[in-house]
Amino acid sequence: MAAALALPAAVYLLIPPKLRKTPEWVEAGDVSNLEPRAPVEMVFRQNRVDGWKIQSEKTTAWVVKLADARVVAYGPQCTHLGCAYHWDENRDHFVCPCHTSIFDVDGAVLSGPAPRPLDRYETKVENGKLLLGPLRQAKEKS
Amino acid sequence: MSWLDHRTGIETAVRNFLYEDIPASSGWHQVFGSIAVFLFLVQAFTGALLAFNYAPTPGDAYNSLRYILTEVTGGHLIRGLHHWGASMLIVVVVLHMTQVFLYGAYKKPREATWMVGVVLLLLTMAYGLTGYLLPWDNRAYWGTVVATQIASHIPLVGPYMSRLLGGEGAIGVVTFARFYGLHVLLLPPATALLIAAHIYLVRKHGVAPAPGDEAKASKKFYPRQAFTDTVAIFGAFVILFVMAVAVRVPLERLADPTDATYIPRPDWYFLFLFQTLKFFDGPLAVVGSVVLPSLAVLTLMLVPLLDRGQVMRVTRRTVAIGVAALAFLGWAGLTAAAIATTPKPDNTVAIDYGAPTDWIGLSPQELAGIGYFRKENCASCHGLAAGKPRVGPDLANVPIKKTAAWMIEHFKHPAAMVPGSSMPAIQLTDAQLNALAAFLLKLTPGNAEALGNAPDFAVQAGLLYQAKNCGGCHQVNGVGMKVGPPLNGVARRRTKTWVAQHFANPEAMSPGSFMPPYRFSQREMDNLVAYLFTLPD
Repeated sequence: MAAALALPAAVYLLIPPKLRKTPEWVEAGDVSNLEPRAPVEMVFRQNRVDGWKIQSEKTTAWVVKLADARVVAYGPQCTHLGCAYHWDENRDHFVCPCHTSIFDVDGAVLSGPAPRPLDRYETKVENGKLLLGPLRQAKEKS
Repeated sequence: MSWLDHRTGIETAVRNFLYEDIPASSGWHQVFGSIAVFLFLVQAFTGALLAFNYAPTPGDAYNSLRYILTEVTGGHLIRGLHHWGASMLIVVVVLHMTQVFLYGAYKKPREATWMVGVVLLLLTMAYGLTGYLLPWDNRAYWGTVVATQIASHIPLVGPYMSRLLGGEGAIGVVTFARFYGLHVLLLPPATALLIAAHIYLVRKHGVAPAPGDEAKASKKFYPRQAFTDTVAIFGAFVILFVMAVAVRVPLERLADPTDATYIPRPDWYFLFLFQTLKFFDGPLAVVGSVVLPSLAVLTLMLVPLLDRGQVMRVTRRTVAIGVAALAFLGWAGLTAAAIATTPKPDNTVAIDYGAPTDWIGLSPQELAGIGYFRKENCASCHGLAAGKPRVGPDLANVPIKKTAAWMIEHFKHPAAMVPGSSMPAIQLTDAQLNALAAFLLKLTPGNAEALGNAPDFAVQAGLLYQAKNCGGCHQVNGVGMKVGPPLNGVARRRTKTWVAQHFANPEAMSPGSFMPPYRFSQREMDNLVAYLFTLPD
């Protein structure tokens, strides 16, 4: 009897609920005039499935045009423990104020406790507009 | 003495509990108390699990429960256990009381044990009353409207009761918070405390022996009675589990205070009280709603003081058996009368909102597409839900969606579009093929099963809507023309009867309307009206 109650309870609490929405592309902003290697914080609204609700909430991405003209967008949280990092223009690095992780403009970890490069959104550019897909984690550094 | 026992005394306590002296006559008739305690624990456990995914406010309660039922894995089972567990608890508690009553086990010195038991019965019913509101569907809302109105009619204290329950004016956030607070914060510790007191009293006075049994050598609770109780608990649990799996607990539509067609009914164990209310009119109404139930509870409470005779064998307690039989017949008769006099609602199709209802968001054309999908028996070769692989591709999981034009050509000339295809050509008109293609374009792996299970009345309504080209003047879910009024939200604006009469004679119902009259069969009308009334606002 204990198993007949505990197993459904474990399944009920641990298995993620069915996905209600297929991920969609969200427009983050205009990237036609982006300077190379100069990250810009773009703020946009995104729908997020939150339990029984779909929340429309403000989200940010650090968008940067890399040297090879590719546009990448990083998730706004440090990969260490989720603090919001920022771009330090003087040092040309992303700096996390919590535990001083430092990331290069291409997202790679330069120093600090961060276990992996900055997470990247899937991106595509249509008519100069940047569209963002799901956020993907990079592999942990070995 | 072991290390653990030396420090906690737990082994001694368990030993004392298991080796309690019980009368030699103990047996199967005394298992109900144990089952009731077990069911209470199941209710506490499943209730806590439900609370982990539930938002106790009128704005969110319904949606969070739907989330539990349609998206959370195992949600149906947990809610089923909680729902049927509540009913079962009432049954078991009543059986327990009946057994104690028939055996005269409430007599000296066990009067207090009985009275605590009566309070536990009332608490069990209070769970039913407060829990009824929590799904916040129409059933919950209207049931609670009636319950709070009854409380407000109690002489003298009525207005205060109403204020306490937050039901003054209208049922809303305050009522909800009070009912939820009672259900999960106040009642469980009160019940736990009283169960502890009840068991303490049972232990203090010992299990009631049968007359003449007092002198016999008693036996120990363990192993014989412990085994009997465990088997009984296991049996009860199996029944509960099977019910939770097999009998769906429906969720009705979201609570709608403007729904004038709803027929409120309480849960089955309160139907006898509901029926009693019908016998008393005007100023006497309070007799049915308050006086009689209070007298009944008082009598029940005072049973040990009213009957102070010698304990007799159960087979000789003819008066007690007569009273119990009469009470049961009265309850059964009132309940049966309540069920028999509940009118069958017209034109009402029961939709289970506890299952996915993605079909409600489809356009009528897409719904008609489901009709053609069924009519042409497409499912014999194409899957919509997970299952065994079929001959044709699984339509929900095709990696690249084709265009409607491609699909229509493919329906007409399968082999021309997909060389080697063994699919037969579909003999439908272009408009019908269009509808079929429109439905297939809507399919995703996430919604295919739910859309495939769309209820037949809605599909039939979609077919009729398309056949009569209603979309040429009206909009549903944003699709169609705007010559006439959009049909979403018609449930708020009109009654079902009005809509049905309007189909038959539009000019009479809304002067100046240039909608042509429609002659539908009764079934067509029922389907179409029911469908229009399920459309979201």
